[in-house]
Amino acid sequence: MNSRAEFKQGLMDIAPMLLAYLPIAALWGTIAAAHGFSPMQALLMSAFVYSGAAQFVALDLGTTGITLDMLVLAVFTMSLRHVLMSASVSRHMQAFHKGKASILLFWLTDEAWALLERRALQRPITPAYFLGAAAPLWMCWSLFSAVGAWLGKTMGDTSALGLDFAFAAMFIAVLAGFWKGAKTAAVLIVSALVAVLVKIYVPGAWYILSGGVGGMLVAAALYRGDGDV
Amino acid sequence: MFESQSQLLLAIFCMGLATYSTRLAGYWLMRGRSIKGHSKAALDAMPPAILMAVIAPTVFLQGPAEMIAGGVTLASALLRLPLLVTIVVGVTTVAVLRTFM
Repeated sequence: MNSRAEFKQGLMDIAPMLLAYLPIAALWGTIAAAHGFSPMQALLMSAFVYSGAAQFVALDLGTTGITLDMLVLAVFTMSLRHVLMSASVSRHMQAFHKGKASILLFWLTDEAWALLERRALQRPITPAYFLGAAAPLWMCWSLFSAVGAWLGKTMGDTSALGLDFAFAAMFIAVLAGFWKGAKTAAVLIVSALVAVLVKIYVPGAWYILSGGVGGMLVAAALYRGDGDV
Repeated sequence: MFESQSQLLLAIFCMGLATYSTRLAGYWLMRGRSIKGHSKAALDAMPPAILMAVIAPTVFLQGPAEMIAGGVTLASALLRLPLLVTIVVGVTTVAVLRTFM
């Protein structure tokens, strides 16, 4: 596949997520507007911070008289899962020039990461595919944050449309490709159990990190020499 | 925190550095390392473990609609339906179930 085809394939893969994120981006924009953001400021924040969960929390915290360092710390801890995702996808980016890789990683999101891992199961990932799968979501997110701030009112309750489930559905679809038998089952059970318990008892986004590490520890514990699946 | 334009821009810049640093960190920590044995087994399990951890609360804690839709989505994925179709099946299932449950 040439670069153009790779880029196009990435774009096709992320396309359903673009639609699913429009109302969420617009919702964030309207809340930002309610906090006094202009559309341009909303656009800047979405383009630079580019993290849905962290941005919602930042708006909440920003009005409580929090100091800048505490605000940044909160955003940082909410984004720690991206350290794991970045480490995971780095194994398929050995052939990338390091400067190019560093630029592309700016657009690493949960969604782009899942698509990249899925792609890597079939064939090597290329910078063009990465760009196609990652950058369009960034443009949509930034643009529709501004549109939401400009409109200043929400689209109403869109939960009946089920669009919020698109993210989970995509992750389930990608997850199915990683099935390798009983050991995968053990990893998944522990990962799910830890994530659910941490979600219930610990506030914040720690459940992803804890569940992920829990599953990885199980895989390490079950390891019995090389050549073993 | 967001009272003045300059305060806001500073906050946006610092938050952006925070999120970008997490996106870069994994790549730079892993770069040029060859990993074997137990560590490799853990790393190989990283994608499914993280994918599961991300969705577990959505699928198992939100209610029966999400749990059933999760199962239907998984079935479509195992039938090797295209990604887009699988997502549409999941979203449609949850929308229908939320309407009737």
